Amino acid sequence: MLDLLAFHDDSIVIFHRQETCIPRGRKHSHLQELFEVKALSSTRPRAVELRHEGCIFHAYRALIPSRATSRQPALSTHCVLPPQEPDRMVTIQRNDLDSLFAALERRGLRIIGPTVRDEAVVLDFIHTSAALPRGRADEQAPGHYRLRERDDDALFGYAVGPLSWKQFLYPPLQTLLRARREGTPKRSGAPGFIIDTDAEAAVEPSLAFFGVRPCDLAAMVRFDSVFLGGPYRDPGYARRRQNAFIVTGHCTRPGGTCFCVSMGTGPKALGGYDIALTEVVQGDRHFFLAEPGTGRGSSALDDVPTTSSTAEEISAADRLLGEASRHMGRSLDTDGLRELFLKNFEHPRWQQTAQRCLACTNCTMVCPTCFCSTMDDTTDLTGSSAERRRRWDSCFTLEYSHIHGGSVRPSGMSRYRQWITHKLSSWVNQFGTFGCTGCGRCITWCPVGIDLTQEAEALRHPLTDPATLHRENTDGRPETHPAQPSVL
Amino acid sequence: MEDLKRILHSLPFFEGFSEEHFALLVGCARNERAAAGTFLFREGEEATKFFLLREGRVSVEIHSPGLGPLTVQTVSENEPLGWSWLFAPYTWHFDARVTEDTHLVSFDGLCLRTKCENAHTFGYQLLKRFSSIMTQRIEALSFQLMDVYGDHA
Amino acid sequence: METMPDLTVEPAAAAASRDPMRPQPYRIVRFTQNTHDTFTVALEDMNGAGGIEFRPGQFNMLYLYGVGEIPISISGNPADRTAVIHTTRAVGTVTKAMRNLRRGDTLGVRGPFGAPWPLEHARGRDAVIVAGGIGLAPLRPVLYHLIAHRQEYNKVVLLYGTRSPVDILYRNELEAWRARFDLDVYVTVDRGMEGWRGNVGFVSGLIGKAPFDAGNTTAFLCGPEVMMRVCATELLKRGVSDSEVFISMERNMKCGIGFCGHCQLGPFFICKDGPVFPFPKMRDLLSRWEL
Repeated sequence: MLDLLAFHDDSIVIFHRQETCIPRGRKHSHLQELFEVKALSSTRPRAVELRHEGCIFHAYRALIPSRATSRQPALSTHCVLPPQEPDRMVTIQRNDLDSLFAALERRGLRIIGPTVRDEAVVLDFIHTSAALPRGRADEQAPGHYRLRERDDDALFGYAVGPLSWKQFLYPPLQTLLRARREGTPKRSGAPGFIIDTDAEAAVEPSLAFFGVRPCDLAAMVRFDSVFLGGPYRDPGYARRRQNAFIVTGHCTRPGGTCFCVSMGTGPKALGGYDIALTEVVQGDRHFFLAEPGTGRGSSALDDVPTTSSTAEEISAADRLLGEASRHMGRSLDTDGLRELFLKNFEHPRWQQTAQRCLACTNCTMVCPTCFCSTMDDTTDLTGSSAERRRRWDSCFTLEYSHIHGGSVRPSGMSRYRQWITHKLSSWVNQFGTFGCTGCGRCITWCPVGIDLTQEAEALRHPLTDPATLHRENTDGRPETHPAQPSVL
Repeated sequence: MEDLKRILHSLPFFEGFSEEHFALLVGCARNERAAAGTFLFREGEEATKFFLLREGRVSVEIHSPGLGPLTVQTVSENEPLGWSWLFAPYTWHFDARVTEDTHLVSFDGLCLRTKCENAHTFGYQLLKRFSSIMTQRIEALSFQLMDVYGDHA
Repeated sequence: METMPDLTVEPAAAAASRDPMRPQPYRIVRFTQNTHDTFTVALEDMNGAGGIEFRPGQFNMLYLYGVGEIPISISGNPADRTAVIHTTRAVGTVTKAMRNLRRGDTLGVRGPFGAPWPLEHARGRDAVIVAGGIGLAPLRPVLYHLIAHRQEYNKVVLLYGTRSPVDILYRNELEAWRARFDLDVYVTVDRGMEGWRGNVGFVSGLIGKAPFDAGNTTAFLCGPEVMMRVCATELLKRGVSDSEVFISMERNMKCGIGFCGHCQLGPFFICKDGPVFPFPKMRDLLSRWEL
């Protein structure tokens, strides 16, 4: 996946390996030695096109100008197959969609997809398209989530639900090791012990993720930066990530708190999927445009009745995606955003927001890019066996930053500031992109409705304007703003 | 006298003093030696002098029953010692025990005080240097008091 | 082409040796009580491979069966591969439990992690080491290295401050170093005690008079954050260039490898971007509260 690292000028570009093009394991010190490099646009997020022996990569240029070290590569996003090859697009009729499910299950994959439970869209094991939230739409606003009925039978007519695919790639609770006592303990101190080598012996099923939104796909790439892109790799994450078959659904219906366009992550995914679907419901026509992103995606589509997509079908899908990008629920001006946080550690806004924030950690739980964890060490009652487990943690807890008898961040204000500064500023230094993909979950699921886009915007103004303190719920009604088209 | 003047010129504490001021200083100064184990002054005694160490070491101590002498500070070369001579009632608050054979310059307190009252510029220059040393001492003491190496470091 | 071939699943044993989250068992070959609250363990690999190759300034995550894991700087001689040595204070749950360890007991080890002291900066220059309290432990490997390669450095000065005479760490070694003609060692305590005839005063007070050429000095500092801030300021006041001052930072760590997020300070992961940093990188962050 992310094993090709190159330097171009003073920035670092990392991109997925396209397995048919480049042998793995080669590193090249100059992009220009390997590729023809062409800038695709002068606006953010600075996409470039790289051509090599007939293969085309699109990638983002990372934003770290002077930290090109092999110890800490900065990661941007993903590569794609040439998106402008219309002969790769195929059309699946609504009634044939279950063939895709069957094709995936025949390959030994267990499918996880969106389904309705407790009046919310959750991700769970499903077998057919019947489990999908047919004809449902969501209303999302700060601290507000409702499902309502649509007037059509669209299967993906809603935005993202509370939880993300993070729980499958990076389980909330993982057993890292089991150890047991060896020999007889000499005293109550530490006995000899040995560590079992098969802590994760339970075979995890290979999963197919059905209906991954581009914001969530971008979030997976950010997780790749954390767990695969640094000097150390998490083998469990690598295994789950490699095995996961990804069927993306480009977003034709953004939510009230969505702002993927501002973050350059949607409403159309750039790549990194096995298959990408775009749902089109037009009168009594209901079909899916399907595009393979990898060899195994292509192969799965071969088992599904498809027709070659017509120009009219393709333009219908493009039109929907264009509409979606113009109807985002939120927007975030990312111009100078990283530096904005660095200049405003003492901004009066922090104290104001601190009075609202409950430090409940909801935002970190629902956020698809929050990766913090902690370790729990336990023994059984006799002490004959011990277990070390890793579980999700949140920077909002007091214990998170505890050293030498105290927390480094005792105030709620400092913990809120830490979270949002990491997401929208420090992440850029660390990994070359923003940590936020614009999914809007933190806004929807905050019990007091703190809106991250508003908080960032407030820092641009020296005095706090009471009018921006608490925006009324828009009740799902999207706000229009100048469109920032997704890269391609 | 010449020897003493040369010594005074060499002390960094008096850097920037005018020749006129050195002349005033010399009149109150004496070149002294103190052997290890002796006391420069004891708590409660009249504070008649101020000292500048040229070589050696002096331990500033407080004695308490049961605990013995407790060093609160050590003074070594090029450092001044003692400020109780500046302010009434001119009494030492600590003991100063010589821990290494010491060469020092001592200044008669009354002599200096009189000259400071009569020549204000000279007095100001002297006190400026004193305040600087004292603030450094207080800052350092704050860190010692904080117990930074303790459990709540 | 059903799978992406670059992330094959490895057999368990090979995976174990490549999994940075998995501790390796080490046996304690020596346990020393240094002071009332500080102790040292020397560890060797259970499979007989001796110690660990490390660079001064790095740390290991030490796992105590059933209790937990903590980061501890390696404090031994990098040239000695027979055992890996750690000195620590007993301040928390894990370290207090570790106090009961003895020869023959087992600890899990992950590491070495972290950015080391950039010793190459000091070549041909004066090397000034300023240590406060337990901060002497991560700096001791530097001293061993400087002594073993003495010709490569000009003056070598050690300034060490601690709370009181009974808290002086590695006292025998300090006295041996002090006796050498090619090292300058100054020790001070915050508070004296009966019988103590040495310096009393905060360690920053030693900097103004220490015998080094500020314009040609590289300094390595370790100790409580307050102490490093104050001492760095004193060094700069004396004319040492700020890019030649290096400090070792500390934060809550759960993984040591940049996965758990806990050790972040501003944009830096103390575990992998540090713990050693050039002072200019940290200066602004150090002056802010609750960052």
